[in-house]
Parts: sequence; structure tokens; C-alpha cells
Amino acid sequence: MKDHDARGIPHTTPRQSATFTQDANSDIRRAAATGIYDIRGGGAKRKVPHFDDLLFLGASISRYPLEGYREKCGTDVTLGTRHASNPIKLDIPITIAGMSFGALSGPAKEALGRGASAAGTSTTTGDGGMTPEERGHSSKLVYQYLPSRYGMNPDDLRKADAIEIVVGQGAKPGGGGMLLGQKISDRVAEMRNLPKGIDQRSSCRHPDWTGPDDLEIKILELREITGWKVPIYVKVAGARPYFDTTLAVKAGADVVVLDGMQGGTAATQDVFIEHVGQPTLACIRPAVRALQDLGMHREVQLIVSGGIRNGADVAKAMALGADAVAIGTAALIALGDNDPKWESEYNKLGTTAGAYDDWHEGQDPAGITTQDPELMKRFDPVEGGRRLRNYLKVLTLEAQTIARACGKNHMHNLEPEDLVALTMEAAAMAQVPLAGTDWYPGKPNTSY
Amino acid sequence: MQTFDLEAQGLRALNATLHAQADNTNQTKWEIINPKGSHAIAVGLDAPIEVNVKGSTGYYCAGMNKQATVHVHGSAGPGTAENMMSGTVIVEGDASQYAGATGHGGTLIIKGNASSRCGISMKGIDIIVHGNIGHMSAFMAQSGNIVVCGDAGDALGDSCYEARFFVRGSVKSLGADCIEKEMRPEHIELLEELLERGGCDAKASEFKRYGSARTLYNFDVDNAAAY
Repeated sequence: MKDHDARGIPHTTPRQSATFTQDANSDIRRAAATGIYDIRGGGAKRKVPHFDDLLFLGASISRYPLEGYREKCGTDVTLGTRHASNPIKLDIPITIAGMSFGALSGPAKEALGRGASAAGTSTTTGDGGMTPEERGHSSKLVYQYLPSRYGMNPDDLRKADAIEIVVGQGAKPGGGGMLLGQKISDRVAEMRNLPKGIDQRSSCRHPDWTGPDDLEIKILELREITGWKVPIYVKVAGARPYFDTTLAVKAGADVVVLDGMQGGTAATQDVFIEHVGQPTLACIRPAVRALQDLGMHREVQLIVSGGIRNGADVAKAMALGADAVAIGTAALIALGDNDPKWESEYNKLGTTAGAYDDWHEGQDPAGITTQDPELMKRFDPVEGGRRLRNYLKVLTLEAQTIARACGKNHMHNLEPEDLVALTMEAAAMAQVPLAGTDWYPGKPNTSY
Repeated sequence: MQTFDLEAQGLRALNATLHAQADNTNQTKWEIINPKGSHAIAVGLDAPIEVNVKGSTGYYCAGMNKQATVHVHGSAGPGTAENMMSGTVIVEGDASQYAGATGHGGTLIIKGNASSRCGISMKGIDIIVHGNIGHMSAFMAQSGNIVVCGDAGDALGDSCYEARFFVRGSVKSLGADCIEKEMRPEHIELLEELLERGGCDAKASEFKRYGSARTLYNFDVDNAAAY
């Protein structure tokens, strides 16, 4: 391209629009070509305030650190102490979030069970019911009670170590789901009691209760069926965390699971993922405040999910008041999803390793989010389980390292006072001081 | 006949007692007195026993039932026989909303009327209603049968899959993708059996059949790869 026109007048530098970005333009072209919105998994990809915007202070003269490798820093957590006669005792405060058989292959579900069990934690079913291999390989299995009730039956309910009533998912607060026909194998169709090959819709709300008063009665029914033995979780999306947590507790939940907008193994419209819900960081403090206002913090446990990647994220979520965290996307990556070794195959699908998010289409080169028998052969559940165990151990060791540096002999002793924020937004959301100050936006008795 | 006073002995004791009945129990007949609209009565049963509830019930009576026959001698609250797997539930009076929701099997017989969302997301259950059913009944119904001797409200069978609906009276409106279908001999035969099972005084020839047009089975097949 010449730097001047025929008259010798210089061209200005070509300037891309900050509004009509290349990404936005590609979305427009795709919409114009297909006439249908884009559906994907992977959670919110836009940059939002997150745990990276927080830092731990560590110990100093005023704080006494613990010796790494020598002084104990506990990581165990007990979930469901409020009403259940058999609460769940986990060795580590990191659980595996719900992901369905149907969305994931049977071997992938097996690997999640193997890895979680080896690390001393729980895994969770998903839409579509409980599979024998999942139950068999999970020492502690949480059974999701979803609006679709695909595969729901009282026998599996009684085999579960906990029940999670799913009200919302971080990727799509207020939204349902759809499993595309190409993923509906004979087995998936049979478990869901629907014809093979059709798109299977999952409702956005439960068919037989509406609102918190009904939810209280639904929880009563589930407790009666299971003899008040197992904990009942209520999972909410990061929408109105103070009120949702309050109402879940009022309805009788033992555990509240709070899923922010970065949570995203569930497939839904891209526009939904990116524009509905709140960042995980913004949701934790209001949920904790709700528990504190009810006098239920630590009696009703809080599990936070949505964008947990490393031990620092685990420690930060817990310092803000969570009792445990859950991982979904990170667990799939640990199993081998989006691995660069499949780059040429990702390229054939029009994407690249790290950006592949069409998990719902069943063409996963890694053989994890598929029902294709040939692709499934690529995935070894034993090796996958070993990788997940390793990853969970590293998360735990990293979180312990930070907790010890803050002088804590148990992960649950981390507290907001251990944190500062790098940005005004993160300071406001996490309600911890902006680094270098003793102030955050909205701090009581301050004028800002 | 074993008699259980729910008001005096409490819900937990009731369900625990009924859950303790094995397949070969000799305590096969139970009578529950003073239900007084309590919720979650006789839920999660899994034995060939007969439970007679002497009065009206609250939410989720006989929820997730297997094998048992639960007979409500009154009216039933929301979600009666929800997610039933097998067995029989009979309601002498009316049933509130969500009756038989997500039921996988068994038979729910309602001698009076059923309110809205009867049979929502049903997955194999047979629901036989002597009276009318309310709006949005059989929403996303997957499989099984609903028989309505009276009328059906708005939006019957919206977004349904393979479930069948037989209605003797009027249908206020059909939901998305639900259409009237031909009554072939096999449907007449099926309906006659259902009417007999439900103790209905009606002829199969008086009914019309409704079900899915199957146009929503794939959201937009021309662009399926792009979803």
C-alpha cells in the first residue's frame, strides 16, 4: 500500500474501530451468513475484574508466617453440617462442578471420578442423570437435580452423597440449555427418554415448583425420600447473590453453590454468556454477607465457582469467605482439552488450541466433550484421572503456600484482611482496600 | 390394616415406616389419618403396598413412587405423584398444578379436575383425568399418555415430544408444535385400556388424539452445524 495518493497527499494510518472490532465484525458476518445466533461453551471471555486483580499481603512484623513443609495448614472441609446426618467430608476444598454425561463422554466422566477420588474430593453429575461408571469411580458424588429431570430416579437419588438443586448456572442465569442431536447417542437418548438424534432442550426453570416457598417444600420432599441423610445444595448463578443466598438458606439449603459468569462448561448463546450475570469476584462478598446477616456463615457452606484456575484463585475465594470452590473448565483442560497437541485438528474446525469452545457440537479433538466412538478412543480415563489428581494436588499445595505465608494454619482462616486490590473495580467488588490505601469504594463511614 | 395418625406421629416417622417395608412385607395395607394437607406424604415408596390417605394432601404426595398404590381420599396439592416411576396413585378429588410432573411410569388417576401444567415434562407416566385439565398441561411432555374425559385448557402439549393426549371435550388451544392426530385402531385399543384402568365411564370413540408435529425436534436443521 502506497503511503500517499496520486496527488502526493499522504494517507492517514488505517484505523480499526474500537467499537466495530475485528471480533465484532466477524460476529456480524457469521450472523449474516447463518441467520442464527452463535452457541458455545467456555464461559465469559470478556475481561472482567477477577482474582488476578487481588493480591495477598503475606506476613510481616505484624503477622506471623507458618513454616512451609513443616507447620500444618489444614485443607479439609465438611459440607452439609446444617441438616444432613451424613455431611460430606473432603480432604481438599476444591470440588468438581456438574457436567453432564451427554455433554461429556462416559470415559471423561470416569476420569473426573478417578481424579477427584484420588485427591479426596467430590465430583458432580449433570443434566442427563447418573452413570454407573461415574458412581463407581467417584468416592463422593453429588447428584444434580435439574429442571429437565432427565434420568432422575429415586434409586440414583439414594445412591448420591449429596443432592444439588440447580436453580441457575453462571454461564446463563435464567437460561435453559440444549444438547444438539448429533450428540444424542443411543445411550444418551435412553437415559433421557427421548428419540435419538433430536435436539434435547433443558428447561430454564423447574417444572414443579416456583419461588422460594415452593423450594422449601421441594427440599423437604427430597429430604424425606433420602431419609435426611445427605446434604442438599442449592446452586445459583451469579445474578443477585445476596437475595439468592438468603432465599436458598431460608428454603433450607445445607450448602449454597454460587457460579459466576466465567463458569462455563454449559453451552448457550454467546450473547447470553457475555451479557448476562456478574463476575465471580462481584458475587462472593454479597453472598457471604447474606450468610453473616442470617448468622449462617460456616453453618451453611458456600462453594464458589467460575474462573478458578490456580491455587491463588482458590485462596482468594476462600479469603473472601467461601468454604470451598468448584472447577469445571479447568478440570477439562487438566484432562487434556484444548491441548496444543491437537492444534492441526482445532485448525480444521476453524479455531485454535485454547480457544476451542464448541464443546456442544461433539467434535472435540481431545475426545472429552463428545459421544463419537472414534474420538472417544483418544481419551484414556486412567491417564485423565491421574492428570486431574495431579492438578488438584497442585492447586491445594499452592493455596496452602499462600495461606502459610499469611500465617494461617487452615485454609478457612484466610480472611479479607489478607487481601488488597489492584484496581478500583476489584476493590469495590471484593470490599478490600485498594493497594497502598486503607480504603475501598463503598467502605462504610467514608464519603466515596 | 395398619393405621398411622400423621398429626400425632409426624411426617418423618410416617415416611421412615413406609420406606422400611420390604418387597415381601406382610403389612400391605396402610391407612393414614389426619393428613390435614401436609406436604410430602408417602414420598419415595418402593414396595407393593397400598396406602390410603384419609383426607386432602399438600405438595408432592406420592412423589417418586415405585410399586405402591397411594389412594388420596380427598384433594391433592401441587406436584402429586411427581417423577413417579411405577405403581398407581388415585386422587378422589381435584389435583392442583403439576400433577404427574416428569413421571417416568405408573398410573395417576384423578377423579376430579387437574389444574395447570398437568403432566409437565412427563417421561412415560399414564395420567387419566375424569374431569378437566388446566392450561399448559403436558408442556414438553416426552412420552406416556394423558386421558382427559372433560376439557383441556390453553396451550395443551406445548413443545411436546412423543407423548399422546386423548381429550373427549374441547381444547381451548394447542401449544406450539402440538396438533390433532388421526385416531388409528391401535390408539383406540390403547385408549380403551386406559379408560378401563382409570375406571372412566366413557367411550374411546368420543375422544380426539393430539401429539407432536415434530417440527421443533431440530431447532433449525439447515444451520445445525453452526449452533
